Amino acid sequence: MVPTLNGRIQTRFFLLAVVGGAITAIIVPFLPLASAPLGDKYRDGFIVLASVAVVGIAWELLYHFLMQWRWEKDWPTLFGLVEGVPEGVLIWFLLREGWVPGIVGKVSTDAFLIQFILVWLGVWLVANGPMRVPFIRWRFRGGRLA
Amino acid sequence: MTTDGPANPPREAQTVLAAGPLQPGAGGGDLTDELIKADWWTDSMVAASGIPIVDVPFVTVGGGIGSFVTVDYLRIAGVPTDKMRVLSDIDFPWQTYEYLTRVSQIPRPERIRSDSASRPDNIWGFPSYALSEAIHDKTLKSLRQVLVEPIWADYYTPRAGMVFENLERESKRIRFSDMLVKGQVRMIRRRQGGGYFTILTPPEAKPSRRIAYRSQYVHVAVGYPGLKFLPELQTFRTENQDFYHVVSAYEDHEHVYDRLRVKPGVVLIRGGGIVSSRVLQRLMDDRAKYNLNTEIVHLFRTFIDKAHGPNQWMRRKGANGFAYQGFNYPKSVWGGQLKAKMRRLEGERRATEYKLMGGTNTPWRRSWQRQMREGRTAGWYRLMSGTVEQMKVRDDGKVVSQVKTAQGLVDIPADFVIDCTGLEADVSEHRVLNDLLEHSGAGRNPVGRLDVERDFELRGTASPPGAMYASGAATLGGYFPGVDTFLGLQIAAQEITDDLARRRFCRKIGPARSLGQWMRWAGNREP
Repeated sequence: MVPTLNGRIQTRFFLLAVVGGAITAIIVPFLPLASAPLGDKYRDGFIVLASVAVVGIAWELLYHFLMQWRWEKDWPTLFGLVEGVPEGVLIWFLLREGWVPGIVGKVSTDAFLIQFILVWLGVWLVANGPMRVPFIRWRFRGGRLA
Repeated sequence: MTTDGPANPPREAQTVLAAGPLQPGAGGGDLTDELIKADWWTDSMVAASGIPIVDVPFVTVGGGIGSFVTVDYLRIAGVPTDKMRVLSDIDFPWQTYEYLTRVSQIPRPERIRSDSASRPDNIWGFPSYALSEAIHDKTLKSLRQVLVEPIWADYYTPRAGMVFENLERESKRIRFSDMLVKGQVRMIRRRQGGGYFTILTPPEAKPSRRIAYRSQYVHVAVGYPGLKFLPELQTFRTENQDFYHVVSAYEDHEHVYDRLRVKPGVVLIRGGGIVSSRVLQRLMDDRAKYNLNTEIVHLFRTFIDKAHGPNQWMRRKGANGFAYQGFNYPKSVWGGQLKAKMRRLEGERRATEYKLMGGTNTPWRRSWQRQMREGRTAGWYRLMSGTVEQMKVRDDGKVVSQVKTAQGLVDIPADFVIDCTGLEADVSEHRVLNDLLEHSGAGRNPVGRLDVERDFELRGTASPPGAMYASGAATLGGYFPGVDTFLGLQIAAQEITDDLARRRFCRKIGPARSLGQWMRWAGNREP
C-alpha cells in the first residue's frame, strides 16, 4: 500500500461500510449474544462497525505519522493486518466501559471478537487484491475513491 | 541479436493503402525538402511527394512495452484493432526489454526489480505476480514473501520469464499483431486541419520508400536512444578500437565470463546500481560454481557508507558503497505521497524534488549481501571510491585505470572493465524525439526531457482536434516521477486513456466495464 492520509480514511470508510457491512449483516444472527430482539443485535453490530470507522480516523493519523519515517513512504502489508490488534483492543475497552453511544444490548467478548476478526480479515483481504478490479484508479491515488 | 521469441511469429497488419490521391509530383514516394523543413504539413504537400497516405485514428510509435500497455488499455476501453496501429521496429513488445535484461545478467529464470502488483499484462494488478506464482507453482513461498515484505523478507519480485510469458498471452488476447506495422519511424509532424502525419520507412522500402500515417492521435514511447558510456571508457574504446576488454553491461558481454572461467582475472566494475549488483552476482555465482579466483574491484564515484538524506523523514539506507532502495524510485511515486506531491510542483521545485529522490541505488537482497560480505572478508571483492582520470593498455595486456581517490592517484590494472552506469537518456540523441523538439512544438521539462502535461499530452504539440502523447523514459522530469517502469507506463496509459475518453475516442473505464473486462482477462477472452 502506498496511501495518502486522505486515501487511507476514504478507503477505511468505504471498505468498512461495504465489506464490513456485508459480513456483519450475514453473521449477526449467529453471534453468541444474550437473547435479544434481532433488530437490537443488528443495531449493536453496525454501531460497533461505525465506531471502528470513526475511532479509526485517529489511528490513521497515527499510521500516517509513523509512515513518514519510512523512505519508501509505503505501509507494509503486514502492518495493515496487525493494526487490527490495538484497534480491536481499544474498541473492546470502549465497549466494556460503556463509552460507545447507542449500544442497547450486552456485547459479549466472544461475539465482539468474532465480528471484529472476520470484518478485519475481510477488509484486509479485499484491500490487498480484489479492490483493484472495479476501481482501477484507486491505487494510483493513494487510496482515494473520490 | 538472438532473443527468445513467441512460438507463433507475429503477422503484420494489412495496410490499407492510399486514401489520398497519388499525384505525379516531384518526389517518387520520398520526403521532399519542403516536407523536411515545414513544421505543419498539408494533405496536398504529402500527396505531391508521392508518399502514400494511410488513415488510422490512433498511432503509437515505438512498439515496446510503452506502446503495448497503452494499446492494451485502449482495447480494454473498447477500441477495436482496426482503429489503432503500432509502428515498431521490433517483432514483439518485450523484445528490447528482454535483450537488455538478458545481457545485463537477468535471464528468464532470474528475478527483475519490479513489484508484485506491477503487471504490464494486467491493468488491475490482480491477481498479482506473487499470487499467480503461488497458484502456478503450487507453493505458498511467494505469498508469504508479500505478506511480510519488506521487513522480514526482501521485496517480492517476479521472474523475468513469468513476465514475458504473460505478456505473450496478453498480446495474443488483444490481437496486438493485428495492429503491428514494422518499420522505422522518421518523424511526426502536425497536420493543417488537425491531427498528425507519421512517416514510416517500411523494411522492404517497396513500392514506395515511405508511408505517411495520417491520424488524429499519436502516442510516442520509443524508450532509450542507446547505450551510455562513461567518457573515459568511450574514449578508450574509440582510440584503441578495443570493444573486448572494456564493455557496457547493456551489451552482450558473455565473453568476459567465458574468459574468466578459463583464466583467472581481475574485473573492474563501474557503477552502483542494480546492473552492477546483477553483474556482481554473476561473477560471484560463477566464482563459487566453477571454483575460480576472480578478483573484483568495484569503483564507486559516489561512495555511500551509511544512511543518507537531508532529514529523518527523508533518509535512505546505504552501506559499502551502495544506496539501498526497494525499486527504481521510492515506492510512493506509484500512487502515494510522492506522486501526490510531485503532481503539484512546477519548475525548479520539481527539479529539486527529483534530485532529492535521485542518485543511483540498488535493492537490498539478503543473498547479495551474503555474497558481498564473503568477498569483502576474503579480500577478492574490493571497494574503491573515486573517478577515473585516464585509461591505458599495459604491456602485459591489462587495462590500467588511473583513479583519483581521496588518498591520491591509484592505478588499477584489470583484465576487463564493465561499465554498469546505464543507458543514454538525452532526448536529442533520438532522431524522432529531436525532430519533435525542432519541428513539432515539443519542449523540455525542468529535468531536460520532453515536457508533458499531467495527462501525458506533449505540451506544445496540440493539433486540434487531435493530440500527441508521450510516455516512458523520454518524459522523466514531469508531474509523475516513475515513468520508465512497468507500472509507470500503465499509469501514463491510464491518464492517456482517460483523456481520450473525454475526447470520445474510447469508453471511460468505470467500475462496471472494469469488472467485466477483468473477467474477460481471467478467461483469456478478447476485450
